[in-house]
Amino acid sequence: SHFTFFSFQQRIEIHKLRQGDNLILGFSIGGGIDQDPTQNPFSEDKTDKGIYVTRVTEGGPAEVAGLQIGDKIMQVNGWDMTMVTHDQARKRLTKRNEEVVRLLVTRQSLQKAVQQSMMS
Amino acid sequence: MSTAMDTESTYSGYSHYSGHSKKAHRQGRDRHKPPRSKDGSRSEKSVTIQTPPAEPLLGNDASRTEEGQDDNWGETTTAITGTSEHSISQEDIARISKDLEDSVGLDCKRYLGLTVAAVLGLLVFLTPIAFILLPQILWRDDLEPCGTACEGLFISVAFKLLILLIGTWALFFRQPKADIPRVFVFRVLLLVLIFLFVFSYWLFYGVRILDSKDTNYQGIVQYAVSLVDALLFIHYLAIVLLELRQLQPMFTVKVVRSTDGESRYYSLGHLSIQRAALVVLENYYRDFTVYNPALLTASKSRAAKHMAGLKVYNVDGPGNNASGQSRAMIAAAARRRDSSHNELYYEEADHERRVKKRRARLVVAVEEAFTHIKRLQAEEQQKAPGEMMDPREAAQAIFPSMARALQKYLRTTRQQQYHSMESILQHLSFCITNNMTPKAFLERYLNPGPTLQYDRDRWFSKQWTLVSEEAVTSGLQDGIVFVLKCLDFSLVVNVKKIPFIKLSEEFIDPKSHKFVLRLQSETSV
Repeated sequence: SHFTFFSFQQRIEIHKLRQGDNLILGFSIGGGIDQDPTQNPFSEDKTDKGIYVTRVTEGGPAEVAGLQIGDKIMQVNGWDMTMVTHDQARKRLTKRNEEVVRLLVTRQSLQKAVQQSMMS
Repeated sequence: MSTAMDTESTYSGYSHYSGHSKKAHRQGRDRHKPPRSKDGSRSEKSVTIQTPPAEPLLGNDASRTEEGQDDNWGETTTAITGTSEHSISQEDIARISKDLEDSVGLDCKRYLGLTVAAVLGLLVFLTPIAFILLPQILWRDDLEPCGTACEGLFISVAFKLLILLIGTWALFFRQPKADIPRVFVFRVLLLVLIFLFVFSYWLFYGVRILDSKDTNYQGIVQYAVSLVDALLFIHYLAIVLLELRQLQPMFTVKVVRSTDGESRYYSLGHLSIQRAALVVLENYYRDFTVYNPALLTASKSRAAKHMAGLKVYNVDGPGNNASGQSRAMIAAAARRRDSSHNELYYEEADHERRVKKRRARLVVAVEEAFTHIKRLQAEEQQKAPGEMMDPREAAQAIFPSMARALQKYLRTTRQQQYHSMESILQHLSFCITNNMTPKAFLERYLNPGPTLQYDRDRWFSKQWTLVSEEAVTSGLQDGIVFVLKCLDFSLVVNVKKIPFIKLSEEFIDPKSHKFVLRLQSETSV
């Protein structure tokens, strides 16, 4: 028998919505290397200083694209998001000249779903 | 609440059993008065004995004539007179005779010891002087002249002897404060040491100096000086052994009174058991509340009731199986579903409520009484010469208004034997003289105080016996238990060693106190 490694990651493409002068994505982030990881309710490992999705606006571009609350954002448009400060993460998501952001997210429920399908 | 319910017939006098019964609640107006000694067991279901009306029993008269009269205190005073008509039990006779004979015997022993020590001390003190003077007296002409050096030595001898005298006076000339069962080991040791020492010095002196009529006077004086130096060192040894060694605390001692469980902890150093017992007793008189036999009767009657009323029938035939019978009784008593806990609870709640009510009345009465008295300033004294009173008269003037409330309160808390009218008046005039507030006056009566506060006759605890499994002159060790018994109760003393403490240090640089802000931001994008 051989071991196959699955990456429990999902790619999500969000099209920003223009509201007046701003381009909004419709979700909120928390976390960062300058933040307190123990207060993150979504992470399994309380030392994880990654960027997590803490809220998703109903009907916003993020929800439409399939982003869920509790997702951990690993990459934004190819930029790594696992070792950034909170402000750096915000900046990378809200670049004025980008209308589409491609996120690489990982999700605990995703992991469990794959594990269960492997076992059955 | 009727007044009859709060009167208890109390016994004062040598047979210190006080009958009381709160069972007056349930059994009506019966008054219990056991004429037997306290060792007899009482069954609550027995026939009650009515008190004969002509009994000169103190306290009883007040209960009957209480209504309306405040100044009947003289009849309720707890003066112990020898003409009391009630019978003295065997125990009391034993106690009286014991008191008498002990006081005579021990005095002789004490004075003998003191005399021996005093004589020895005097001899020791005069020895160096004798060493110096004897050659001068006996063979003055043969002695070598010895000028300044000897004079210097004379001065030093004189001053050292003076210092020795003052030191001995300070350390040893004290009134003996206790009689202990065995001799004080260190004292005896020191006396023996001094005796041997001085004896050997005299021996040497007699053989080498007196017999041979040594002419080197300076040598002789130096010999005397060395004796005085050695005596000073023995004095130092005495200080260390008798005074300093026991100062550092090594043991914690728990003292529990056997009758009511009152307990205290004390710290002691290296002492022998008898000295530790002395320390415990000195502290007992100051720290423990006074022993009040009137407070113990309730639990005794409960215990008697518990086992009474059970009879054992031997169905299986003859054969006196006593232990089996008693075990059967205990098992049956345990299984019996009685409601004595209920009674206890309600009785205690009731008693507490009553005490609080009486106390409130007392405090108000005393405060009102104190408002009648005003201290006159110097100028005012000339204006109203006729009405001036000294403290004693002032106390007597305001006493009647608070007497009844005080009497009732003392009765309820069963303290009435400890305070006579005369003592209350004295205390009142003392408080008035020293400008004390009503609360300060009442402090003595509201709660039972330490034994020292009361008259010696009420102490119940003057003659003590030390009961110990180890020799009483051996030192304290961890785990030793000894008991100090007096006639009515005992103090159980449990010795524990203070644990060895391991203390280590940790150095914290003051500059290392640095802090960080814990952030938790949420940004919407």
